[in-house]
Amino acid sequence: MRVTFSANGKPVEADDVWEGESLLYVLRERVGLPGSKNACEQGECGSCTVYLDGVPVCSCLVAAGQVQGREVRTVEGLAGPDGELGLVQQAFVDAGAVQCGFCTPGLLVQTDALLAADPQPSDTDIREALSGNLCRCTGYEKIMDAVRLASARTCAGKEHAE
Amino acid sequence: MSTRTIAGQKNLQKINQAAKDGIGGSPLRPDGTLKVKGEFAYSSDLWHEDMLWGTALRSPHPRANILSVDVSEALKVPGVYAVLTHEDIPGEKYYGLEIADQPALAIDKVRYHGEAIALVAADHPETARRAVKKIKVEYEVLTPIVTEEQCLDPETHGYVHEPHEYKSHAYGNVCHEQKLVSGLGVTDEVRALADVVVSGEYEVGMQDQAFLGPESGLAVPAEDGGVDLYIATQWLHVDRQQMAPVLDLPLEKVRLTLAGVGGAFGGREDLSMQIHACLLALHTGKPVKIVYARDESFFGHVHRHPARMRYEHGATRDGKLVFADCRIVLDGGAYASASPAVVGNAASLGHGPYVIPNVRMHAIALYSNNPSCGAMRGFGAVQAAFGYESQMDKLAEALGMDPVELRQLNAVTQGDRMPTGQEIDAPAPVAELLQRVKDMPLPPPLDLEHLDVRTLPGALSNTSHGEGIVRGVGYSVGIKNVGFSEGFDDYSTARVRLEVIGGEPVAMVHTAMAEVGQGGVTVHAQIARTELGVEQVTIHPANTEVGSAGSTSASRQTYMTGGAVKLAAEAVRHELLERGRHRYGWTQTDLSLVGGKVVSASAGVLIPIVDLLGDDAIEQTREHHHRPTVPFDKETGQGFGHVQYTFCANRAVVDVDVELGLVKVVELTAVQDVGKALNPLSVVGQIQGGCTQALGLAVMEEIVVKDGKVRNASFTDYLIPTILDTPPIPVQILELPDPHAPYGLRGVGEAPTVSATPSIVAAIRQATGKALTRIPVRPEHLTDTL
Repeated sequence: MRVTFSANGKPVEADDVWEGESLLYVLRERVGLPGSKNACEQGECGSCTVYLDGVPVCSCLVAAGQVQGREVRTVEGLAGPDGELGLVQQAFVDAGAVQCGFCTPGLLVQTDALLAADPQPSDTDIREALSGNLCRCTGYEKIMDAVRLASARTCAGKEHAE
Repeated sequence: MSTRTIAGQKNLQKINQAAKDGIGGSPLRPDGTLKVKGEFAYSSDLWHEDMLWGTALRSPHPRANILSVDVSEALKVPGVYAVLTHEDIPGEKYYGLEIADQPALAIDKVRYHGEAIALVAADHPETARRAVKKIKVEYEVLTPIVTEEQCLDPETHGYVHEPHEYKSHAYGNVCHEQKLVSGLGVTDEVRALADVVVSGEYEVGMQDQAFLGPESGLAVPAEDGGVDLYIATQWLHVDRQQMAPVLDLPLEKVRLTLAGVGGAFGGREDLSMQIHACLLALHTGKPVKIVYARDESFFGHVHRHPARMRYEHGATRDGKLVFADCRIVLDGGAYASASPAVVGNAASLGHGPYVIPNVRMHAIALYSNNPSCGAMRGFGAVQAAFGYESQMDKLAEALGMDPVELRQLNAVTQGDRMPTGQEIDAPAPVAELLQRVKDMPLPPPLDLEHLDVRTLPGALSNTSHGEGIVRGVGYSVGIKNVGFSEGFDDYSTARVRLEVIGGEPVAMVHTAMAEVGQGGVTVHAQIARTELGVEQVTIHPANTEVGSAGSTSASRQTYMTGGAVKLAAEAVRHELLERGRHRYGWTQTDLSLVGGKVVSASAGVLIPIVDLLGDDAIEQTREHHHRPTVPFDKETGQGFGHVQYTFCANRAVVDVDVELGLVKVVELTAVQDVGKALNPLSVVGQIQGGCTQALGLAVMEEIVVKDGKVRNASFTDYLIPTILDTPPIPVQILELPDPHAPYGLRGVGEAPTVSATPSIVAAIRQATGKALTRIPVRPEHLTDTL
């Protein structure tokens, strides 16, 4: 089948998609967006988290056919128009929250969604929001630091704008 | 070739940081930007035009004879290009890290659940998976040899490998053993010297590395008849050394380039899909990519050895250790992997960082029909630490002493001897680490007035609002060796080149070091900046065009390959300064390279590096060998076997729901001596990550194996700590330089994984009063439901 949808604001089209393929497979293998990672293929690890119509989902659990005509935003869509790092991306680099980095794309999308909903989450709010994203390298402390940093910068940015 | 294929070059990025980002600073990762943009090319991201997908048929039985394999129906599936069995292997059929006892594809029998039997290459991964199901294998299923008792009675239960096929010192179903005796050993006379004796039996379940990036790679057949493999691994050169004989190719025709690696933790020390992808690529003449699904990953790599241990400790009334006795039985599973070295570690480190006048130890690894076990972070020292630290708490209780004071009273320090007779000839601040971790502030007590259910045991399951919650605190300390031991020369190679690019001096560092996430690439650039006084450093893709860098394991890469980068950079600096002396007649002996200039401490700036170099490039390659070690004596365990020791102390604070048996680790504090923190941000990150894997082993992680069959090969059923399971991990680092190591540094990555688990179990014991002799601790261990 053919699937057409919007990926990071651009129309994309995938041909010869087998009905059993996931959105993750189509992103990674058919439309050249391998940033979302496949680490468990059953919705446990969160490495494949993308926005689907603005809601974070595990793209491994979404059948490709379900995204027909919808909007997908992946880690590749978090940077600015000229490729400059987004606020959450920069915070993860600055805080040392990236080691092997395999979990990072999913964590970035999930953190982006958290801060959009609540720019000043408590530590427990952060832990709850990110509890579906496994990381095996960091022990999560630097990830906590990164989210706190992104939160502080988000709030500082808003004050500056006001 | 697509740019995505050239993984190393894709991941290559010029580091453009100020020269202050030398050693001791915390410059940002050179690959960090690519990783947060989703542009870093991991091994599973690779793509090539005309690429096929490979997959393996794996045995559903832990022990069976293979009567026949019929691939004809699989070959008929449209889109299938090849189906291979061991009969299609052109060269040697066996390989292995230390002992070549593992067939690349099963030959006539299978020895563990998940052993690869046949390979399929097809144009879509699902086509390959479906074709695998069409392969018909006729098995004669045999009763698996899985328990210690069965393994040690081969006359009754059989052999995992036929004894006449042993390629090592194995006997019966014992793959490897190491004995150790020091002082008077442990006899009735020695026992009589102790006022108090405690003994215990302890058990450790099978832990998995559970790195997130699955085993994967892309094999591209080359015009010269060789193959190029882009691969996630821990050691490119040892992979190649094992692969080439099986592929029947000379080493130089097997070229490996490191692709992006999604974590390792020991699980990539053995080969997984390397040979399989190359066999399929060479057979079909097409590029072949293999990416394991998570369940296949659980079958496709070795795990941490499960252990059964019996310890006995005797002490005087005032707490001085008199003797310690131990027997450790490690289940090595079907193939040897790293079992011999794991046994060596367990035996030589298995009595912990304590001064004990009389010691006996017997450590063995078994061959069984359970999954193969080998390297995982902590490597033989983890299992033993749970045993000896549990014993320390038991002894403290028997003596009525504070458990930290008991440890401090018996702690090793510089100048003491390990039970192997090896003198500890570098700082060993074990008592100080314990004091510091004890002195760190405790978290506030449970506040029943302002409870957030998410912070309690059970968390979002909403199982308690404070009722039945009891807090406990526990301490532990551990010891780990750094680098390969027992006479192994695991040298590292580095090539450093200095040239002028765009009017600036630029250093290029080329090694074969596997960057698996630990941050070695950051540290290499820092070393080059410090030694060469330049700002810009380029890290060349890691490949087999340069000499071996050894393995990214044993906490050794900063020490060994970092040390090689230092030597090569020093050689480049020497050549540059010689050139200046020759050309300008400098007589000063106080020259250094700082801020892009040749500087004399007495005469000031002599010349910019750019002007001295001109259009030339200076390139030097150096090998870094650590000081020699020797194998342990087989009977006495004596010998200068280890390169360096590393120590970490922990305090765990836990809340336990004693009615439901649920545990929440509230805080896990670590204090570690790192010799010199070349990159403090990365060092702390390593310690926190290591502690978290120890937390997993303490209360969550176990591959459940029943009758040789793996029952939980998924992230749904094999649980690793989430961010909600993981507490704050305050870290304090000490920097007491080791005079034998580059910059005085000490390997960092493993010590916290060794030491942290027992502190958590001790804290749960304090909260519950339970003996807790097995990890991971499960709810049924805490609620009398067993």
